[in-house]
Amino acid sequence: MEIFVFDGTLEGLLTAVFDCYQKKSDAVKLVSQLHYVPDVFKEAFTVISDDTKAKRVWSGLTKKLDSDWMKSIYKSFLSEQPATFQDLFEFIRYIIDSPPGAEANFGNKYVLEISQMSHKVHREKHRMEAFIRFQKTGDNIFYAHIEPDFNVLPLIIDHFKNRYADQKWIIYDLKRKYGLFYDLEKVEEIAFDFTTEMSPALNALPANVLDPQEELYALLWKDYFRSVNIPARKNMKLHIRHVPKRYWKYLSEKQS
Amino acid sequence: MFERIREKLEILADAAKYDVSCSSSGSNRKNENKGLGDAEGTGICHTYTEDGRCVSLLKILLTNHCIYDCAFCVSRRSNDIKRAAFTVDEVVELTMNFYRRNYIEGLFLSSGIFKNADYTMERLVRIVKKLRNEQRFNGYIHLKTIPGASEELLKEAGMYADRMSINLEMPTESGLKLLAPEKSHEDVKKPLDYIQQTITQFSSEKALIKSVPKFVPAGQSTQMVIGATPESDKEIMHTANAFYKNFSLKRVYYSGYIPISQDARLPVIGSQPPLIRENRLYQTDWLMRFYGFDVKEILNDAHPNLDVDIDPKLSWALRNLEKFPVDVNTADYKMIMRVPGIGVASALKIVQARKFGRLHQDQLKKIGISFNKAKHFIRYADSPLQLRDYEAGHIKSVILSESSSKYNKVPKNQLSIF
Repeated sequence: MEIFVFDGTLEGLLTAVFDCYQKKSDAVKLVSQLHYVPDVFKEAFTVISDDTKAKRVWSGLTKKLDSDWMKSIYKSFLSEQPATFQDLFEFIRYIIDSPPGAEANFGNKYVLEISQMSHKVHREKHRMEAFIRFQKTGDNIFYAHIEPDFNVLPLIIDHFKNRYADQKWIIYDLKRKYGLFYDLEKVEEIAFDFTTEMSPALNALPANVLDPQEELYALLWKDYFRSVNIPARKNMKLHIRHVPKRYWKYLSEKQS
Repeated sequence: MFERIREKLEILADAAKYDVSCSSSGSNRKNENKGLGDAEGTGICHTYTEDGRCVSLLKILLTNHCIYDCAFCVSRRSNDIKRAAFTVDEVVELTMNFYRRNYIEGLFLSSGIFKNADYTMERLVRIVKKLRNEQRFNGYIHLKTIPGASEELLKEAGMYADRMSINLEMPTESGLKLLAPEKSHEDVKKPLDYIQQTITQFSSEKALIKSVPKFVPAGQSTQMVIGATPESDKEIMHTANAFYKNFSLKRVYYSGYIPISQDARLPVIGSQPPLIRENRLYQTDWLMRFYGFDVKEILNDAHPNLDVDIDPKLSWALRNLEKFPVDVNTADYKMIMRVPGIGVASALKIVQARKFGRLHQDQLKKIGISFNKAKHFIRYADSPLQLRDYEAGHIKSVILSESSSKYNKVPKNQLSIF
């Protein structure tokens, strides 16, 4: 078993695949730098991310996989899970080594793992599209911060850009310390240093920076949420299954 | 000012909540004018109420004043409740501001009938027109068809709405006559049919002309109240089936009656809404629409009501044991979908995966089938040798003992004596 250490980027992961074929390696344990613990008895090979190598692997894959599967690879990568890095590595090798169509083999461990992990990431993306609550600031920007389980910001850009084309907005990931800013023309990546002052426990800006109408609409929304409930049908188990408690902090209607 | 709009919203959202449709999917309206909103593709549930129902649209009545006196309806003329009405601008402002904050996917607008059908429908149309034309709103709009409104108004409404719906209210004509003598199923069928024909007409023109405007792109739906009148499940689902077929409906909704009236014709206030039955009806609806079942296979004269303790697919399988076991490594996709415990997505994975080798128990479990339920009905590469066939009652009791139902075994309003 050889150990490959890569830099945690998708480029690095694809380079690792390339290197593994070049070195004619057999069994490889792929670890990201962040999770690597040096072992005195075993030497590790350090993968140097290489754009050309990565592109060759990627374009090789596009010849065998349709765009949905290519997206699944990207989504699973955004999970940032150490085990998924290994699964991706094995999955890509399996696809390269097999005749076309191998991705339909759900009996294969890695095909199933990647298919299921990309679904999980997709679900988190969808939840962000649902649970983000913007607050309108005094300077006409709609702001929300989030702490998603997976790094889903790159996946939600198009959704919010298409939908909120006529308003400026910011979505900030407090956990990963970067955000998206739409200025009515394009979406840009931004980083603030104010995030330490932001309470991750609540998706709310201080009242003094908000638009004067903000309070009214937040109140109306909360009223509305209460009014549409039918107490005779109360079913908290189902409620929590749909809105797991860790997301409540985003939802203004769930704050008392 | 603050207080008045809050009170209106409370009254008119409360009155609208018995309409259960929450869908915001199936439209193809893109944001092409750099306006607000995009109603393309799948819907989004932005939150869920404590009763576990999805909140996707701002669902309100324009007014709860009504000239009708339907016994099952909370807004009926004779009911002594607070009444209110929104202005056109209030609805527009609420919709735009809720949407901008990512609270909702769009608007679900209904209304009590005031003065007459055309007067009401005309107000509804005015709101959606303003949203689309003046505010450049491209979010989802679900608009209620007011029975008896003129065809010109319906056609105009359809140019702005994504979905339109009109409720059957009761599953049978006789049930409806009992509780709402002023209404009939004919009043529902006529506008459903008119809008359906106009949809077909627009889509056939689309084949010839490139820029045909949208007309109700997410189609029509309807709703029936369950448990207010004594219909059997068979009557309910056969009605639903006929409406799916005759009017190409996108959805039929089943709404368990929640007692809101002292009327002697209806279940008394405080009795438990028929939630399990409602769930079983939806399961049947899914079997008809996605699993290739004919309604007569599930509900017929010999079997006019759905079982409460087991789901309709399992119930069908136990009545048709001669069709099992199904070998997942060789059987037809359609038959695999009929196995209790295997859903549409798992069935698809199975038929894809088996091309690479015969499937074993551990693979089936990982693919995500409900193995404990399915194992009684399938054979796979390493299935254990079975010397004799079990009979239906035995399989049912094994499955029930291994699973914990999501429903309490004892209804909540019934005291346990032990």
